[in-house]
Amino acid sequence: MIQIVLFFLILLAITKPMGLYLAWVFDGRASWMGWLERPLYRLLGIKSDEDQDWRSYALSILGFSAVSMLLTYGLLRLQGSLPLNPQGFGGDQMTPHLAFNTAASFITNTNWQSYSPEATLSYFSNMVSLAIHNWASAAVGLAVAVALVRGLARNSAGGIGNFWSDVVRGTLYVFLPICLVGAIAFVAGGVPQTFEAPKAITTMEGVSQTIALGPVASQEIIKQLGTNGGGFFNANSAHPFENPNPWTDLFTKVLIFLIPAGLTYMFGRMVGNVRQGWAVFAAMSVLFLAGVSIGTAAEQSGNPAFAHFGVEQANMEGKETRFGIAGSTLFASITTGASCGAVSSMHNSYTPIGGLVPLFNILTGEVIFGGVGAGLYGMLLFVILAVFIAGLMVGRTPEYLGKKIGKFEVQMAMIAVLAMAFSILGMTAIGSVLELPKEGTFGALNTLGETAYGPMTGNLNNPGPRGFTEMLYAFTSATGNNGSAFAGLTANTPIYNTMLGLAMLIGRFLVIIPVLAIAGHMARKKVAPASAGTFPTDSATFSLLLVGVVLIVGALTFFPALALGPIVEHLQMAGGR
Amino acid sequence: MSKSNSLFQKELVARATKDAFRKLDPRLVAKNPVMFVVLIGSVVTTYFFARDLATGSKDALFTGQLTLWLWFTVLFANFAEAMAEGRGKAQADSLRKARTTMTARRLCVDTEEQVSAPELVKGDLVVCEPGDFIPADGEVVEGIASVDESAITGESAPVIRESGGDRSAVTGGTKVLSDRIVVRVTQDPGNSFLDRMISLVEGAQRQKTPNEIALSILLSGLTLVFLIATVTLLPFAQFAVNQAGQGQTPTIPVLAALLVCLIPTTIGGLLSAIGIAGMDRVMQRNVLAMSGRAVEAAGDVSTLLLDKTGTITLGNRQASAFHPAPGISEHDLAEAAQLSSLADETPEGRSIVVLAKEKFGIREHDLESMQAEFVPFTAQTRMSGVNYGSRQVRKGATDSIRRFIEEQGSVFPPEVAAISEQVSKEGSTPLVVAEGKRVLGVVQLKDIVKGGMKQRFAQMREMGIKTVMITGDNPLTAAAIAAEAGVDDFIAEATPEQKLAYIRGEQAGGRLVAMTGDGTNDAPALAQADVGVAMNTGTQAAKEAGNMVDLDSNPTKLIEVVEIGKQLLMTRGALTTFSIANDVAKYFAIIPAMFIVTYPQLAKINFLTNPKSAVLAAVIFNALIIIALIPLALRGVAYKPMSAAKVLRRNLLLYGVVGVLIPFPFIWLIDKILVLLRLA
Repeated sequence: MIQIVLFFLILLAITKPMGLYLAWVFDGRASWMGWLERPLYRLLGIKSDEDQDWRSYALSILGFSAVSMLLTYGLLRLQGSLPLNPQGFGGDQMTPHLAFNTAASFITNTNWQSYSPEATLSYFSNMVSLAIHNWASAAVGLAVAVALVRGLARNSAGGIGNFWSDVVRGTLYVFLPICLVGAIAFVAGGVPQTFEAPKAITTMEGVSQTIALGPVASQEIIKQLGTNGGGFFNANSAHPFENPNPWTDLFTKVLIFLIPAGLTYMFGRMVGNVRQGWAVFAAMSVLFLAGVSIGTAAEQSGNPAFAHFGVEQANMEGKETRFGIAGSTLFASITTGASCGAVSSMHNSYTPIGGLVPLFNILTGEVIFGGVGAGLYGMLLFVILAVFIAGLMVGRTPEYLGKKIGKFEVQMAMIAVLAMAFSILGMTAIGSVLELPKEGTFGALNTLGETAYGPMTGNLNNPGPRGFTEMLYAFTSATGNNGSAFAGLTANTPIYNTMLGLAMLIGRFLVIIPVLAIAGHMARKKVAPASAGTFPTDSATFSLLLVGVVLIVGALTFFPALALGPIVEHLQMAGGR
Repeated sequence: MSKSNSLFQKELVARATKDAFRKLDPRLVAKNPVMFVVLIGSVVTTYFFARDLATGSKDALFTGQLTLWLWFTVLFANFAEAMAEGRGKAQADSLRKARTTMTARRLCVDTEEQVSAPELVKGDLVVCEPGDFIPADGEVVEGIASVDESAITGESAPVIRESGGDRSAVTGGTKVLSDRIVVRVTQDPGNSFLDRMISLVEGAQRQKTPNEIALSILLSGLTLVFLIATVTLLPFAQFAVNQAGQGQTPTIPVLAALLVCLIPTTIGGLLSAIGIAGMDRVMQRNVLAMSGRAVEAAGDVSTLLLDKTGTITLGNRQASAFHPAPGISEHDLAEAAQLSSLADETPEGRSIVVLAKEKFGIREHDLESMQAEFVPFTAQTRMSGVNYGSRQVRKGATDSIRRFIEEQGSVFPPEVAAISEQVSKEGSTPLVVAEGKRVLGVVQLKDIVKGGMKQRFAQMREMGIKTVMITGDNPLTAAAIAAEAGVDDFIAEATPEQKLAYIRGEQAGGRLVAMTGDGTNDAPALAQADVGVAMNTGTQAAKEAGNMVDLDSNPTKLIEVVEIGKQLLMTRGALTTFSIANDVAKYFAIIPAMFIVTYPQLAKINFLTNPKSAVLAAVIFNALIIIALIPLALRGVAYKPMSAAKVLRRNLLLYGVVGVLIPFPFIWLIDKILVLLRLA
């Protein structure tokens, strides 16, 4: 409990300074990195002061993402012919569908890993092909959020900023300095940073064991700061080299929320009323604290089935003793709230309700601080829905920040909601019933010799509702660009890799494009001054309304699926089955 | 117009019931995506019901009931819309009677010919004498007459229409009661005020307003989300059943029922009724809104331009005090003022005579016996008064009397100037009285602010609406009256250009402006304003420029129109919130019951008897809630002027929180009744 309080106090303390810094950077006032920034613009041919309208901004993102996806795909497939490959991994490990899935995963800031990195990726793939997206995809998310905030803040303006400049500034002024300092902190905390090949050692029991090593610290910092979550090791943040002790654990948690929380303050600052930012922060906090409390309580009370054996204990299965229950559930809430996807424990080993919390966090669109940028723009979509649904109740055309919410904004917000529902529910539905023939692309054995044909549900690790949850979680995690896995599901098959890859692309771009469209349309609108008749969006009432809308939209869309997964399982467990 | 407030008159209900069936036409239902989905659901379940009957399945009772209630859902929504339209249709019928074939006496140079009214075209001159119906909309170009306009306004007292000025417009279908007038026709046939009014009250030209469109998109989007949720439930169930090895996947009729329960049918079914009823409420106040958009805009208004005279103050100023110049007694001043006003027929003049009598008992003199000569007000002198014997008594504005005194070589006393200014500051009009070279003092003419206006404006302020007073008075007077009435701003010495500029200024700041007006020179401002209410007594130009016409010509009504607009939007928002909040309960009713055989553990969160009773109870609740909310949709939610923050808290509690909770007991009760009646 103390951990949760301590964490929240730190979060509260860092929000304002981080927000002020972000506003300083994205207002264009910061220039201390100009010595690097200006030559970079010249090198890349960027006209940094050119104001783009939303279409041009969106096209830039799509172009940028398409090129990086193709490039990543190529580099991954060709890793055998590229340097820094002491283990000699090649295209056999990195099959076409896996490369597609992985490329989609990293450009969308999902960092879902269908593979086990230490058995699949060369150092080059890890450090160059993929690590670069830890920066780039996070910078894109950040840029979209900043563009949306500009759209809301500007009065009768045509443009929403310059994508290229936003990406460069986000990288140079935000990620780079924090990463430099943070990586050193991680190394000080005991995280390795080396290019040496894995070491073979003999353990105390006299057994020979290979210890995987590598440049861990430098990837660890951006993995958390950029809410990427793709671990250096398969065990992710549960691995002692990624996350050695409670201090690095706390540092990690703070890093994940650092930018998302700061963005709420930046938002308030840029729209000229910091209370607006705090209202969003408050709504996120309420959801966060509620989730952590429910999850921790569920894990503390453990599994009543064990009580029959005379064992009454909390559910420690799948958790690292060095973090304990509160530390693990807090991590789970943070990583799923924030679309980070790093894990310090096995979510599949959670009690049903303990596992429901992270799942629900992702299902509601990862707006609990959320991914870098993605959390804020996702939450602002919910704000638009909340303002529209309840705003009429005060007897005026709904407006947010003095701008009327009309047909277009509602349309765009609904497209994003629909895309999420369609991808998560639609793909889980296919997965529930699809049987693949032995012949054909998807049924073929993959290179690791795993069976790929038969029912898709054959890849589940558990029967019944838990198995259903595994699959629902996977598609949810992919669509939500979270990347955490419930574990248990064998995902490295042609069909899962392809579908999950598509889910990631849908969840990323069918949200980003509507968001930018809203930004562009809002920028053009006139700002009406607030009066007593204006729907108040900077009050506690509004924060609670926002919480209600997030919960209700999430609940209404996914209740049937949740009922057949975690809810029924919880009832089964409570019933002693 | 009918002023009846009863919502459910027998004829209206009968007519609406018939219309509800007529509106089952798929082409009409398709305009409302939510209800269209329900219609498709009804057709699908009807098919399954027929199949169950044919095969003699024991499910027939269940499918039959389901089918019935789904059809009821569509019918109830149709009924709501028909009820909302009903009153307008009844009104249109009575207006049509007024348009019975009229004949006109058309003037051709100097002869007169009988033609039927529809043959008249713009520019024709027609003669109307007592007992004649005025055959077309027009403008009086000759004469003055009293006209009975009750066919249009419902007001039986006759009104005066005369050539020239702002009371020259006449409406086709009204009846001349006295005197002869010549009218120039200003509208071509088929385009008259009466025609437009009929189509407006009937709602024939009704188009969806911007807010309604946006809301429809939200509702359609939600419908799609629930469609996805329902369709994917089948494979999910398949998996669950396979895994558990017991139970069945839900049947198509059950899924259709679930879908209908989840999509926002409550607001979807009542949406158009709310809009029509909003316009109807405006109509009940005798205001003719040219479009639903105008009513909706009224709710968004944040600046109200109000004419001082007639809206904020009573029409006339009244003498309230005599302020004598130094060395003059108040009695002398009163006597002179009274003398100068005896022949003055203006209300101000008469109020001076009354005040002199009240204060000093000065009786009315007979001017003729005094051989006094009345000097009328002219634009040049801007004074009026009397001459008798050697005495010259004058009264007028401070500047005019100053000139009058100085022309005679005398000096205007500074004390009197000070008094004048003081009177102005108090919001009154100073009227200086002089006799010969001597200034006697000042009569204070006070503007009387209407009772209750101050509270009204305070409410407006709380609602975030800025009130602006428009007056021809000088800035000092205007400021004082503005302070007394409690308006937020004023435009003194207002000209039409100034009004227009003010409106544009407000709009540039993102605010919506409403105003009233009647004169031709108001037309540009009326057209520029977001809500422009023209007085029916006003000129044709003003009526065409505005987007509403007040048939009673009562400028205060602008405030009511704003309130109706707000109420309309609130009703929509409240029912949307309520509708979505209801879904939580419906899920809890249906989903656990649906899978209870597959996963018996779900019994713990199931509060209904069995899967069939659960589905039926939810569907029945879903249909009945539409009927239950029709009165709310037609009357609008209870409305009290208060700040948006308070309204939000109140309505969120009332429609959001209560909306989540209220379906539980009702669905539970319906479930019990169904079981009791052995229907499920």
